[in-house]
Amino acid sequence: MTNRRRLIAPVLRQLAGDPLGLGRAAQSVRSEELTPRTSTADRVVQSVCPYCAVGCGQKVYVKDEQVVQIEGDPDSPISRGRLCPKGAASEKLVNSPMRETKVRYRRPGGTDWEELSLEQATDMIAERMLRTRRDTWEEENEDGQPLKRTLGINFLGGATLDSEENYLIKKLFTALGALSIENQARI
Amino acid sequence: MGSNMAEQHPVGFQWVIEAKERGAKVIHVDPRFTRTSAMADLHVQIRAGSDIAFLGGIVNYIFDRDAWFKEYVQHYTNAPVVINPEFQDAEDIGGFFSGWDPETGAYDIESWGYDESSPEAAAGKAEQQTDVSGEQAHGAHGIKLSGGDPPHVDNSMQHERCVLQILRRHFARYTPELVSELCGCSQEDFLKVAQALCENSGRERTSAIAYAVGWTQHTVGVQNIRTAAIVQLLLGNIGRPGGGILALRGHANIQGSTDIPTLYNILPGYIPMPHPQSGASLEKFIALNGPTTGAWGNLRHYIVSLLKAWWGDAATSENDYCFQYLPRIDGDHSHYAMMLKMLDGGVRGMFCVGQNPAVGSANSKLMRLALAKLEWLVVRDFQPTESGLFWKDSPEHETGEVRAQDIQTEVFFLPAAAHTEKDGNFTNTQRLLQWHHKACDPPGDARSELHWIYHLGRAIRSKLADSEDPRDRPLLDLTWDYPLQGPHGEPDAAAVLQEISGMSADGSFLSSYDELKGDGSTRAGSWIHCGIYKDGVNQSARKRPGQEQNWIAHEWGWSWPKDVRILYNRASADPEGNPWSERKRYVWWDAQDGKWTSLGDSPDFPATKAPDFEPPDDAKALEAISGDKPFIILADGRGWLFAPTGLVDGPLPTHYEPQESPFTNPVYRQQHNPTRQTFSRAENPYHPRGGEQGAEVFPYVLTTYRLTEHHTAGGMSRIVPYLAELQPEFFCEVSPQLAAERGLEHGGWATIVTARQAIEARVLVTERIKPLQIQGRPMHLVGVPYHWGGVGIVTGDSGNELLPLALDNNVHISEYKAATCDIRPGRRPRGPARLELVEQYKQRAGVKT
Amino acid sequence: MKLETHAWPATYGDRAQPRMGFFTDTSVCIGCKACEVACKEWNQIPMSIKGFTGNSYDNTVALGANTWRHVAFVEQTLAADAREGESLVAVAERQAAIDAGVHTYQEGDGLRWLMASDVCKHCTDAACLEVCPTGALFRTEYGTVVVQQDVCNGCGYCVTACPFGVLDQRKDDGRVWKCTLCYDRLKDDQQPACAQACPTNSIQFGELSQLRERAEHRLAALQDAGQRKAQLYLADEQDGVGGAGAFFLLLDEPEVYGLPPDPVDPVRDLSSTWGAAAVATVALGAGLLAAVFGGRR
Repeated sequence: MTNRRRLIAPVLRQLAGDPLGLGRAAQSVRSEELTPRTSTADRVVQSVCPYCAVGCGQKVYVKDEQVVQIEGDPDSPISRGRLCPKGAASEKLVNSPMRETKVRYRRPGGTDWEELSLEQATDMIAERMLRTRRDTWEEENEDGQPLKRTLGINFLGGATLDSEENYLIKKLFTALGALSIENQARI
Repeated sequence: MGSNMAEQHPVGFQWVIEAKERGAKVIHVDPRFTRTSAMADLHVQIRAGSDIAFLGGIVNYIFDRDAWFKEYVQHYTNAPVVINPEFQDAEDIGGFFSGWDPETGAYDIESWGYDESSPEAAAGKAEQQTDVSGEQAHGAHGIKLSGGDPPHVDNSMQHERCVLQILRRHFARYTPELVSELCGCSQEDFLKVAQALCENSGRERTSAIAYAVGWTQHTVGVQNIRTAAIVQLLLGNIGRPGGGILALRGHANIQGSTDIPTLYNILPGYIPMPHPQSGASLEKFIALNGPTTGAWGNLRHYIVSLLKAWWGDAATSENDYCFQYLPRIDGDHSHYAMMLKMLDGGVRGMFCVGQNPAVGSANSKLMRLALAKLEWLVVRDFQPTESGLFWKDSPEHETGEVRAQDIQTEVFFLPAAAHTEKDGNFTNTQRLLQWHHKACDPPGDARSELHWIYHLGRAIRSKLADSEDPRDRPLLDLTWDYPLQGPHGEPDAAAVLQEISGMSADGSFLSSYDELKGDGSTRAGSWIHCGIYKDGVNQSARKRPGQEQNWIAHEWGWSWPKDVRILYNRASADPEGNPWSERKRYVWWDAQDGKWTSLGDSPDFPATKAPDFEPPDDAKALEAISGDKPFIILADGRGWLFAPTGLVDGPLPTHYEPQESPFTNPVYRQQHNPTRQTFSRAENPYHPRGGEQGAEVFPYVLTTYRLTEHHTAGGMSRIVPYLAELQPEFFCEVSPQLAAERGLEHGGWATIVTARQAIEARVLVTERIKPLQIQGRPMHLVGVPYHWGGVGIVTGDSGNELLPLALDNNVHISEYKAATCDIRPGRRPRGPARLELVEQYKQRAGVKT
Repeated sequence: MKLETHAWPATYGDRAQPRMGFFTDTSVCIGCKACEVACKEWNQIPMSIKGFTGNSYDNTVALGANTWRHVAFVEQTLAADAREGESLVAVAERQAAIDAGVHTYQEGDGLRWLMASDVCKHCTDAACLEVCPTGALFRTEYGTVVVQQDVCNGCGYCVTACPFGVLDQRKDDGRVWKCTLCYDRLKDDQQPACAQACPTNSIQFGELSQLRERAEHRLAALQDAGQRKAQLYLADEQDGVGGAGAFFLLLDEPEVYGLPPDPVDPVRDLSSTWGAAAVATVALGAGLLAAVFGGRR
């Protein structure tokens, strides 16, 4: 049915001035009604590319609470709307088929992942941090000078975390006395 | 140099292309012919690890041709400053500077100081540790100078101990002949570069030098950049439009990760972490770490405001604003030191948050073996990375060295939110903070790091709610209350940014770090970011379209400090405050209005300080900076050609061979940077040095790098279909000559061997990799992009497996860019035979295990 | 300058838009492949991993159903005594180059690395369009050539007709897919995805007449700068496809980039005669039959 519908219009149009059927006469209804998904998105949000440090502006198009397109933001004086292959592939990063969205847990000596709720994982991690902190606490050095720390907990952060996130991480870990807080920036 | 901008920063490279079309000359000095070289007017190939010699040759050329910018150098740098008579140059004592103590393996930097400065001159010296980063060891933030003036200055710059003359003598050795012999380039090419730089510098013109990890990832990383700084200061290319030394950073927020660090040795805004030597005294900490003059002269304002931001009302003048809550550093607690401690069982728990040491760090096998010693590991990422799966699947499983059931590490994988799923700031490579808005909620259990850390903090605090242990006070007194939004209780990132930016006691927003106080009446989480929420407006979220603004685009984002886009921009005017030239007009003194004004940037110089201002002798902090000294962060306001403090390996850069090099150092009998950090142990064996027996077993230079099509160790690109197909397999790049020498087949497989590991890669034979003649024999390069690993749509061996840990002790960054290796045709052995192959090599080379 | 085609703008009357196209200036291409990715992202093209090819940095091989933009990498060695077809390794062995002197690889004395983003040419005389029996291929109001996925039955006539080898059937689908010059985006006044992304403006999108003018200026500048072999490709209405909607500035002969030096529209001899109409009519007839009876998968 749809085929016939699609076909009828071109035939009529052919009679109307496209005798060879190469132009308008051949245009299907779908082609005629085609609209880009950027114009049908529910909203567009200004963002910044998560890969290198040039900081290219991105426009993120969202439809039904899913990112449907990411492209360069022409307003950005840094990038003028352009993106490299990584920036251009950001939508596939966000929607990667390999992205894992469930918490996973592996017990000591385990040979496979198990499931765990986010709340339970947070509680277990908090418990382990406090236990490790207690067991490895250094109050002062041999000269009686303050150390007030643990070297038993190590943090290694990537350089794609936001500054606000790093700020709270440094703040909390410092308050814990966990000293060895490191980052890709060292690597 | 040290950067492959077209490949690693393609969108930034549009400005280079545009400049080229307008007549700019683009020069690429690099060990490889890359996509950047292809676009350059001139590509000069040099040996990996020879950058200081090349740049040192330019310094020598500048003196030789009298091409330095005299007025700029005299007024704006420490060239006229006379140095301590005890100072001896590496040229005079065989590759060491004065103060070397072979017993501690460290320098006493006393003799590097300014002449007639008191013995206490070098701030922070009391906290010096041999294995502590430069900024701790010697107070990088400056020296103590009365009134901001070096005591002994010879403005004629003729004094034999003034910096200019020391510099001239030091670099005299770096002739075009030496450059050619050491770097492997022709003298003609070297001279073309030196000439082009000099011709394109001065009043009317400026030149910029762009670098990246090609410079930092060496045992002389910091000194590579120092040499560029010397070139650019001599040519007057700092603080001016079109000039500068541009660090091209590789990650969206890697600049932000140092500004507001997750680094062990600094607090937000580069405030040093305290040492035990400060005791419980904030005053002592400030005395040991802050100069009294220059911007750091207000260290007290900065740290008190930070402590107030963190501990709020609990921080009072009586308790030194909770200064004693800060943990103390007394050694190297950086990434590699901690991984070695972990390997020895000294670390119980670890968080890998968007970071993947199992393939992303040097000597990756050591990293994985260390992870197996943990009691618990938390991995937050888009997918369980090689680090998250080290217990299940790794090269050691394949060789039979480990089995999952024997590894006792408990592992948590927490899925992370993407950049589109959260609000927050990335700081780009120009210090520009750009707010990215959240587009939608993260899927499933995925959460932002903000959500994770906030709720983890809540859980910890609630577990300790009843604690009376004083050790828990820092946690319980912590200000940890942010508005929550949305179904998952996402903390409001803007509220965190407000805390970072700072407020006065009455809750009004601060507009710049000048307003910070040391009496507890202001709060600001990072002094350099003070004002980013000025007027209650998120300045980093400003997005006035670029096309509506001039090229400075000052209303797009916000850069620290004070929204300054070009740092030290007072140097864009002459000492009298007039533009050096009409063509290069940027910031200048408006005598009529009595203030600094600009084309559209914020001047970073005190706004109303006249060019002829002379500070009184007792002046402190910024007041102590003269009207013609642009480098306000330093105690004397001068650009440091000679660094009296701040570095552990010398006040001047000089050439040392990489930790692993097939050659001997042609400059000194001292082969290596004597202060480099090495870790000799079975898991981290080094190859024999050039000239030693066994060095011929690993005859080729190895360098690692990235490709446009992937991102670092691949965690954010191997899982992306369209990127995976562009560079689907791990490969190495070799010259036709090396292929002929070793029987490597183009398109076939090769095995690359070091004492750390044997890996396999597809072979790309290309004339873009060219043998160089060094010390009368050919030097072959094996180029290894390091993006692969065991997880992803595309997988492969990881190049980082090959590298040893050998660090620049200033910053504890490892030498990823220059090592040695062997390469042989065919795939690597499977199973235990892989270990045997490495073992055979070690035996042949006499590598101790 | 001839821009008119059989179907454009005549068949569109008032609805005709200026003829739009690409000017790909390969002299500023940095080989980043943003165009390949941006295209795949926008058009949601299936991933197709071909593995390591060893062909410089090109691992997507050629234009095809799943690669509508393709960046070619050409490593040119100008070794004085290299023989035709000889491998680099063989040259090195023969020259005993291990002991040879040191030279830099600057253009003219060693090596250059050419990069060029290829795409469907949207020819003025488009064979694919002329042989398409179903009317799946048509010329749009922008003068571009588009395969309509709701009409294409996968007959493959166009695949053999294209002098550039651009048209290609998708294996699991049977239909032919190629660059649409982002027809949907054009309708919304947006640039094609590849041109939008291109970091260095190597891919320029715009009205064809203006692009050709710009290209002439650029060519002159490059020739003045000593690029003796620099040339425009498919910007000439006298060529075998009547010029193209997507044309190129090359730094060397087309063959160097794997492009046909003298592409010819194979049904061109029939054009401007009743023959073309006959071909088209037959094609349309076949299309009717195919569409009505063939159904769609």
